[in-house]
Amino acid sequence: MDKRKTEEYFFKALMLFSTLTVLGSLISILLTIIVKGFPALSWSMLVQTPKGGYYMGKEGGILNAILGSLVLSLGATFIALLISLPLTLYLNIYLKRNSRFAFWVRFVLDVLWGIPSIVYGAFGFTLMIFFGWRASLLAGMVATTLLVLPIMCRSIDEVLKMIPHELQEASLSLGATRLETACKVIFKQALPGVLTAILLALGRGMGDAAAVLFTAGFTDSLPYSLTGPVATLPLAIFYQLGTPFPEVQERGYASALVLTAIVLIISIIARMLSRRFTGDLGD
Amino acid sequence: MSGQSHISVKNLNIWYGKQHALQNINLDIPNKKLTAIIGPSGCGKTTLLKSFNRLLDLQDGFKISGKVLVDGEDIYDPKVEVTHLRKKMGLLSQRPCVLPMSIYENVAYGPRLHGIKDKRVLDEIVERYLQEASLWSEVKDRLHQPASRLSIGQQQRLCLARGLAVEPEVILGDEPTSALDPISAERIEQRFMELKGKYTMVIVTHLLRQAKRLADYIVFIYLGQVIEHGPARELFEKPKDSRTKAYVEGSFIEGYANQYVI
Ligand SMILES: Nc1ncnc2c1ncn2[C@@H]1O[C@H](COP(=O)(O)OP(=O)(O)OP(=O)(O)O)[C@@H](O)[C@H]1O
Ligand SMILES: [Mg+2]
Repeated sequence: MDKRKTEEYFFKALMLFSTLTVLGSLISILLTIIVKGFPALSWSMLVQTPKGGYYMGKEGGILNAILGSLVLSLGATFIALLISLPLTLYLNIYLKRNSRFAFWVRFVLDVLWGIPSIVYGAFGFTLMIFFGWRASLLAGMVATTLLVLPIMCRSIDEVLKMIPHELQEASLSLGATRLETACKVIFKQALPGVLTAILLALGRGMGDAAAVLFTAGFTDSLPYSLTGPVATLPLAIFYQLGTPFPEVQERGYASALVLTAIVLIISIIARMLSRRFTGDLGD
Repeated sequence: MSGQSHISVKNLNIWYGKQHALQNINLDIPNKKLTAIIGPSGCGKTTLLKSFNRLLDLQDGFKISGKVLVDGEDIYDPKVEVTHLRKKMGLLSQRPCVLPMSIYENVAYGPRLHGIKDKRVLDEIVERYLQEASLWSEVKDRLHQPASRLSIGQQQRLCLARGLAVEPEVILGDEPTSALDPISAERIEQRFMELKGKYTMVIVTHLLRQAKRLADYIVFIYLGQVIEHGPARELFEKPKDSRTKAYVEGSFIEGYANQYVI
């Protein structure tokens, strides 16, 4: 009896410790960027592009990187969606539950999910060289698409798997084809979950530095063309923190704060949508 | 159409992987009558029903031999257009399954698929079949609300209306009242009684009393085989096989311990 009680206490303490570690690191990260970055955060930083000498502490802002990151990750997410939707609908509607092919596709996606983003960056770089592009919005978008594709596919896949088989049968037995069933019924039912997947991919794509490191380049101007270089927030943070000037480093923390805020807002929206979605299924 | 039968099953065998779910089924489903498929749980009732509109094609490891003729045409012939076949067979599932759209759109879904676009024609269809499923008066003021807000009993009637709206010849029902409360179940049964002169109906049920109330013709399945089939009264009053007799009298069939008959 006594031994079991001790065990119980031990595990409680362990759980408390782990929980505190997780919470503690989140809070200290947020505190660090808030304390160091907030003083440097200003309106002009959000609405201006870097002026001459910005990286030495002079006038300007990071609008180039904010817009660049948004454009790049929105583009990448959009392309990933165009690929994910047909793929996942195919896996779930055209193939049977225990299909070998579906099994391998899912396996490959899981492997891809686990590949570090720097590898996608390197691969994107190779592609870029191969096609003779320079570092550009397009190349960065391609690398980021590859990065978010498995995330998006697998999360849409999970949503589709949860939809009861009877719904498909109901549509088919009215004489619908599988394509009609996929587009008009299954997709509609999955819509909130698909939105969540989109936001998840968006957040991931926006925050990743390694995928865009070699591929997107960097520029002080706003994104202007698919084939021109584009600034991104992670790299803006990287360059600012890398300067020897304390006031520029502070701006680096402020940029980190901006990036974190954007990603946080996206993931909170994603969370709310997915809550609503699972709530609906519970009815 | 061969005489009185609408669906005709010849030497039908069905496997799920290695499991031989239906064995050597030979059967004629009478035209414009209500046929009830009865039998204990897991004996193949749903399998037989879904073989009639080829929904089984979606199952893992599904294999079939033999023939199912609908209107004299073998529905497993590769030349058969599955969507045409399924349009001919309305299906009511065990748990009502409304489409994720409004009440109106649920009923209009089928007709739209089959090319009806005119808003006025669709309005008419929606009203007619909601009435035929005796749901119209309850929903006429909220046709554009999501169908998922209806009660389960109303949802099942909506599914009936949705099925009728594609003008099928056959109505298949897989224990269509088992998820419903007694009053909703009774309303569905009443609709069936009124529909059975117009459509060929095949209803799976594990409720013997329901089969007695509704059916003109009974098919008794046991462990993947059709043990006996015939006109309802005959089968209930003078069963030929001892297993049928045991089942309709509500006693246990020897060697089958799991069944429970209400
Ligand atoms: N998709 C499937 N894969 C493998 N086996 C299946 C599948 N569907 C049904 N079976 C098996 O086939 C047999 C017949 O199943 P079926 O669903 O037709 O029975 P049922 O008479 O409708 O039972 P119930 O009254 O419980 O609904 C069962 O033993 C079942 O386990
Ligand atoms: Mg069944």
